Amino acid sequence: MTSHSFNRRTFNWQAVWALFKFEMARTRRTLMQSIISPVVSTCLYFVVFGSAIGSRITEIDGVSYGAFIVPGLIMLSLLTQSVSNASFAIYFPKFIGTVYEILSAPISYVEIVVGYVGAAALKSIILGLIILATASLIVPLKIAHPGMMLLFLVLTAVTFALLGFIIGIWAKNFEQLQVVPLLVITPLTFLGGTFYTLDMLPPIWQKISLFNPVVYLISGFRWSFSGNSDVSVGISLAMALLFLAMGLVTVWWIFKTGYRLKQ
Amino acid sequence: MTEQNTIERNAPADRDGGTGGDDPIVQVRGLTKTYGNGFEALKNIDLEIQRGEIFALLGPNGAGKTTLISVICGIVNATSGSVLVDGHDNVVDFRAARSLIGLVPQELTTDAFETVWATVSLSRGLFGKPSNPAHIEKVLKDLSLWDKKDSMIMSLSGGMKRRVLIAKALGHEPAVLFLDEPSAGVDVELRRAMWDVVLELQKSGVTIILTTHYIGEAEELADRVGVINHGEIVLVEEKTQLMQRFAQKRLTLHLNEALSEIPDSLTDFRLELSNDGNTLHYAFDAKGERTGITKLLTGLQAAGITFRDLDTQQNSLEDIFVDLVRNGA
Repeated sequence: MTSHSFNRRTFNWQAVWALFKFEMARTRRTLMQSIISPVVSTCLYFVVFGSAIGSRITEIDGVSYGAFIVPGLIMLSLLTQSVSNASFAIYFPKFIGTVYEILSAPISYVEIVVGYVGAAALKSIILGLIILATASLIVPLKIAHPGMMLLFLVLTAVTFALLGFIIGIWAKNFEQLQVVPLLVITPLTFLGGTFYTLDMLPPIWQKISLFNPVVYLISGFRWSFSGNSDVSVGISLAMALLFLAMGLVTVWWIFKTGYRLKQ
Repeated sequence: MTEQNTIERNAPADRDGGTGGDDPIVQVRGLTKTYGNGFEALKNIDLEIQRGEIFALLGPNGAGKTTLISVICGIVNATSGSVLVDGHDNVVDFRAARSLIGLVPQELTTDAFETVWATVSLSRGLFGKPSNPAHIEKVLKDLSLWDKKDSMIMSLSGGMKRRVLIAKALGHEPAVLFLDEPSAGVDVELRRAMWDVVLELQKSGVTIILTTHYIGEAEELADRVGVINHGEIVLVEEKTQLMQRFAQKRLTLHLNEALSEIPDSLTDFRLELSNDGNTLHYAFDAKGERTGITKLLTGLQAAGITFRDLDTQQNSLEDIFVDLVRNGA
């Protein structure tokens, strides 16, 4: 047993792996809900916005409207799925009580976050890539900066999985669990340039939109496809990193104080 | 079961990082817990659990049993005080401390859609143990869950879910096992089977701390008994001593003719005579080698005292407990 005695600094990879596997198994079991239904709804957006509206708009910044909305649609799914995956993953054990085991295990806060947020982020990244593949069957796509595209995908998935994790810990009931995704994240995504560029808006709304964090994520992500963006890609990247840092600080505080977990 | 499936559990003293020896495996010092709403669940608790013992923690509802266990296991933050598990502080050195502990919670808190095998494997992984299907197989077989290993937990009965929780805790080979009300909602037969599992675990070197409402459970299993009430430890004592100290039997003899005084020949028995002279009381230790009853009866006969009826009453642990909780309140 010598190899498994713990000291303070040993990272409990076994535990992270166990949590991760457990969460991924949940996805396989709920394949319909986790993967298929977001793909179907994205296809519906394509049909409605891409074909119906796209036939009147034709081109934005030299890209067909159908291709233009692809990054936005991927972001839409990425944001909502990251949040709901991670929030549910930690809220449900809290709700049914199995969280006792996580809290009593020799596993640090960092490891809990890596396990839950990692699994939730990976799921939504896979989902994003599936949507991308599906979209490429419908509209011709080019990806100008594939490396940056992946970076934005990962950063956004991790950041919003962190946000979901925080919501899952904060929520005291299922209503609270739904309220942030429904009343905050979905509106911000729709108003964040999924279906339009900012310069299509009246000037005052362009200014207001800059307070919407999702604008930076979609803009940066779209830049990695087409090379065009609403705000400069440097600012987008800086903002994405800032949101990630804010998420990390909040999670650190939650575990530091035991907020709604150990009080 | 094949030979290779038999896994030896490490005796606590053999574990790495542990100090071993005679020092207590769990040491609780000056522990207090005040909840956010101002409720003082634990008030300055000091408690030591010895290696390899079965310790029963008794107390009425809301006495602080579960809070105490939760703090030791790291589920609830203490307000002040410290907990050492095999010499490791459970906050500073939480990995070492917690990896030694298995917890079976009071509520049937299980996943619903997972299989028995998946949930027990998760527990083992969370506690940092490398996968060991042979050990999990043994645990499931010991708890008669083997044929349910691929069943979804939601399809199991309450008693089976209780055993799944035990299997989860044993899946990671703890040195200290906390059983919070293990018999709640479990039928008599299963309770017996669970007691056997507990005694087997003790033999393999595991220290067991159980909370219970069923005094019979403590009487049956425990080496030592602690009583907690209103967040304070009212008493900690060896069960046998406790039983001896309190568990005296009282023999009452209903005499045919009233006595005015106890004959000199019977003074050694320290009898009590009721005021009306109609009944004699004799207190004796029911667990002692010699109760002295035969001698007393012979003595009575010699003194020409006859009686028409007799009865005995025993002080059970339950009486002791009720007494303590009432008077300690």
